[in-house]
Amino acid sequence: MAIDVQGIRRDFPILERRAGEKPLLYLDSAATSHKPAPVIEAVASFYRESNANVHRALYRLAAEATELYEAARGKVATLLGARSEEIVFVRGTTEALNLAAHTVGEARLGAGDTVVVTEMEHHANLVPWQQTARRHGARLEAVPVTDSGELGLSAYERLLSSGAKVVALAHASNLLGTINPIPELAQAAHRAGALLVVDAAQTVPHMPVSVRELGADMLAFSGHKMLGPTGIGVLWARGDLLEELPPFMTGGEMIGEVWLDKATWADPPRRFEAGTPPFAQAVGLGVAVDYLAELGLVDVRAHDVELVERVLEGLSRREHVTVYGPREPSARAGLVSFNVAGVHPHDVATLLDQEGIAIRAGHHCAQPLVRRLGVPATCRASFYVYNTTEEVDAFLWALDEAWRLLK
Amino acid sequence: MKGYGEVILEHWRRPRNRGRLRAPDREAVQANPLCGDVVRLQLFFEDGCVRDVRFDGEGCAISQAAASLLTEKVKGKATAQLAELGEREFLGELGEVTATRAGCALLALWALQRALKEGPR
Repeated sequence: MAIDVQGIRRDFPILERRAGEKPLLYLDSAATSHKPAPVIEAVASFYRESNANVHRALYRLAAEATELYEAARGKVATLLGARSEEIVFVRGTTEALNLAAHTVGEARLGAGDTVVVTEMEHHANLVPWQQTARRHGARLEAVPVTDSGELGLSAYERLLSSGAKVVALAHASNLLGTINPIPELAQAAHRAGALLVVDAAQTVPHMPVSVRELGADMLAFSGHKMLGPTGIGVLWARGDLLEELPPFMTGGEMIGEVWLDKATWADPPRRFEAGTPPFAQAVGLGVAVDYLAELGLVDVRAHDVELVERVLEGLSRREHVTVYGPREPSARAGLVSFNVAGVHPHDVATLLDQEGIAIRAGHHCAQPLVRRLGVPATCRASFYVYNTTEEVDAFLWALDEAWRLLK
Repeated sequence: MKGYGEVILEHWRRPRNRGRLRAPDREAVQANPLCGDVVRLQLFFEDGCVRDVRFDGEGCAISQAAASLLTEKVKGKATAQLAELGEREFLGELGEVTATRAGCALLALWALQRALKEGPR
């Protein structure tokens, strides 16, 4: 069933504000989503009513805070079809992927091994692997992107057979929108004896994601892109893998026993949650998960596809516009990158901003991919549950105005 | 949509002094890593004043128009006068630019400041 967009919009207080003289038309949810009132209220009410540091304290308030924190972990586990002890709370996708790269490097990488990434990675799933490969004397290889914006699968197979120990790739590209065929890629990685780490920042918020169906070994995403607060994210990893991995950060919360000269580690997930965790944010994320589950992620996905289809259709009718990534809406996440002939993306974004329209222009933290496309930057419009087909039409109209003024 | 002001549009469409000097006295390249805008500014002095100037580079309309405008302003000026060229005054002449784009508008001016600081080639 289609989601009730007008009803949803009433839940998002920020959509009532104006951008200058115009209503805010927000097309940058791939960067961060807005927050519905129940999430904002959950964080505020946690601070008002339940605030205490989680774990170990003996008084009632702390027990209540711990219960709320762990309940949020349970909600995330249910969302992913995972077990609670496989959910590590972190600050966001970047921290999750740094944790993965660091610990997998320690446990599995040696001189001469290969780390496989792709040409379409966000810097967050590229730079940590560069660093880890350097530290352990491993080679870093990248799967090339084809002209149609997909991964080169024969190159992938070839790289796997060159001593690959770990593969790190995006579930969906934050620039091209391409959804990668993770189940097949995971099977191939496992056949070659490599782990598969998935950056799911652009997919978990937008579609049903089951970690078992994907067949991945680790998966990372952020709360703030899925209606939740900033400062909270998730690293999921297979239980037996988490058991094997050493800590990332050390300190309070993550220990078993500590002596002056040594320490032992707590079991996962706490081994990976050093220090006071962002518990109020975790509670907010739990409510965001509830909100999305209530809408139904199948319907959330259908709404994205409908908007993307309308945008692709509109952009393809304009000869001065180049669209990047797959043509087929169902092969894409809810975002579209494009360029306007002879006009710099920043100029497009600035002129759209004059109409209250927020799009992103730049390299989208994917400089190697932008270089591969042979452009200095791109524009990107991205969508979520609160965007309407009327907004898509207003965006296309504004793009025509910008073209008229700058062509 | 009001678009860009006349000065920006005019200099963007018909850039002045675009190209390279054969033997510049001073030169600086200024880039904005966030958006990829690049401006190269070259100066040729005679009797202590800017006799000739060129810019080239790539980027948005604002950065390229600003570079073009700057080349017009520096011609004939002495080093001391160049150093006095302020950001606020320059932005004022370029016309309305939002705070998010000030970095683009000032790229060429920063290149000038660097060229002066780094001294003769």
